[in-house]
Amino acid sequence: MTRSTHRTRRLLQATGVGAAALLALSACSSPSASDASAKPGGSSASSAKLSGTVTVFAAASLKESFTTLGREFEKEHPGTKVTFNFGGSDSLAASITAGAPADVFAAASTKTMAIVTDKQDNASAPVIFVRNQLEIATLPGNPDKISSLKDLTRSDLKVVLCDTTAPCGSAAEKALAAGHLKLTPVSYEQDVKSALTKVELKEADAAVVYKTDVKAAGDKVEGVDFPESAGAINDYPIALLEDAPNPEAAKAFIELVRSAEGQSVLTAAGFLKP
Amino acid sequence: MTSPDTTNAADTVRSGRRHDRVRPGIPLPLLLPALAGLAFLLLPLIALLVRAPWRSLPEQLTSAAVWQALQLSLICATAATAVSLVIGVPLAWLLARTEFPGRGLVRALVTLPLVLPPVVGGVALLMALGRNGVVGRWLDSWFGITLPFTTTGVVIAEAFVAMPFLVISVEGTLRAADPRYEEAATTLGASRFTAFRRVTLPLIAPGIAAGAVLAWARALGEFGATITFAGNFPGRTQTMPLAVYLALQNDPEAAIALSLVLLAVSIAVLAGLRDRWMRAA
Repeated sequence: MTRSTHRTRRLLQATGVGAAALLALSACSSPSASDASAKPGGSSASSAKLSGTVTVFAAASLKESFTTLGREFEKEHPGTKVTFNFGGSDSLAASITAGAPADVFAAASTKTMAIVTDKQDNASAPVIFVRNQLEIATLPGNPDKISSLKDLTRSDLKVVLCDTTAPCGSAAEKALAAGHLKLTPVSYEQDVKSALTKVELKEADAAVVYKTDVKAAGDKVEGVDFPESAGAINDYPIALLEDAPNPEAAKAFIELVRSAEGQSVLTAAGFLKP
Repeated sequence: MTSPDTTNAADTVRSGRRHDRVRPGIPLPLLLPALAGLAFLLLPLIALLVRAPWRSLPEQLTSAAVWQALQLSLICATAATAVSLVIGVPLAWLLARTEFPGRGLVRALVTLPLVLPPVVGGVALLMALGRNGVVGRWLDSWFGITLPFTTTGVVIAEAFVAMPFLVISVEGTLRAADPRYEEAATTLGASRFTAFRRVTLPLIAPGIAAGAVLAWARALGEFGATITFAGNFPGRTQTMPLAVYLALQNDPEAAIALSLVLLAVSIAVLAGLRDRWMRAA
């Protein structure tokens, strides 16, 4: 008798622990749950009232302009919040295909967007919203007198490039090939911002980055244009993702990016019109 | 005399009986989380084995890029361990065997890289030893030495994060070792350095070895400080963890293959350490 009551109590304790674990697990996923509960109301009212968090995975080069647009969006739609994950488009694409919860993906190349579309993780067809051109970032005042892409091959210069898997790296590779140049950098950085940072910190003499990055860095670096960049312009596609927790608000954010207002913010940052 | 004996006997009887009763019934509230914990730790490693591209593995592992990264990793981790031994063992001795004001603070500072996020360590190293760093700018202008983006930079980054493991381990062994042997040696006329070299060092050798293996393993796995301070260039600064991280972006199979190599090295280190610890104990 006592043994069996003992056992039932033990069982009850076990289920208690199990229930607690379940509660803890569901607590972890509560933000998406609240999004889901907010969604039906939003869709029936046909995007009248947006709410919840929009998670945007965006190329590192979009950092400044998308942060501005995110703030605009939150102002236009009170109750919403835009959170960003900026990084190398290749690593962002890899985390999206691995199941990272995101609503929108804005890549710096069609090739990295294809990683996501190949897995059919996108819910809308990718649209090109801007283009971006490469530029050489040098130390302020250009002390090494860099005036062309060929100058970067000088052996006394420490040059950093993006890794060839990142869009800025493959564009640089294309530009170098167009100029029949062979460049050995000191480092292949994982995204464009970390390449730029190495010049800002004066650890490297030059980096091949985007015009927009040079502009965003202000007087911390100096930009040098080079003709080979014309043949290596990157298209930036944006798409709604298949498992978007908040698709209504995500669609509205993509609309904002493509609107006249969004385009003016992006072109002011140095992006080219699509 | 008799009463303790009887209680002892009663104890053994009772504990024996309890032993028999307890063994089949491990309490479920402990067993279930324990199994969950075990699964949590083992599942990712098993998944690595399940998803491993076994068919293309020989081809992946014999590629020049993998060997280059592995070779660089082994060389740098060993060099970082050597650096840690040369400057870390004396530091451990200083902390364990001498008295000076603020020793507790120094000890805490020495262990700081142990808990510091490695990327922060990399940024700190850039600020100190970078071409424009506090010390680095003088290295550059006086000797023409720049450390970022070099293999030496990788060794420095790895030694920075790995040395505290060695210092902690050696200091602990020193504290446990009897200082009277050294004192006896000095009273017999040996200088304090001779006493350290001839008496203390052999005494704490197992502790040094264990600390060195820990430091080596930590150096081998170093990622954050290395990519921040030394950058990423195949054959020069791209160690295995960097290669794994970058391969994951475009060639997951290669990343898995590289991970398997590191896993095998880790298991080998663990097996070696276990023997060492068993003997020490």
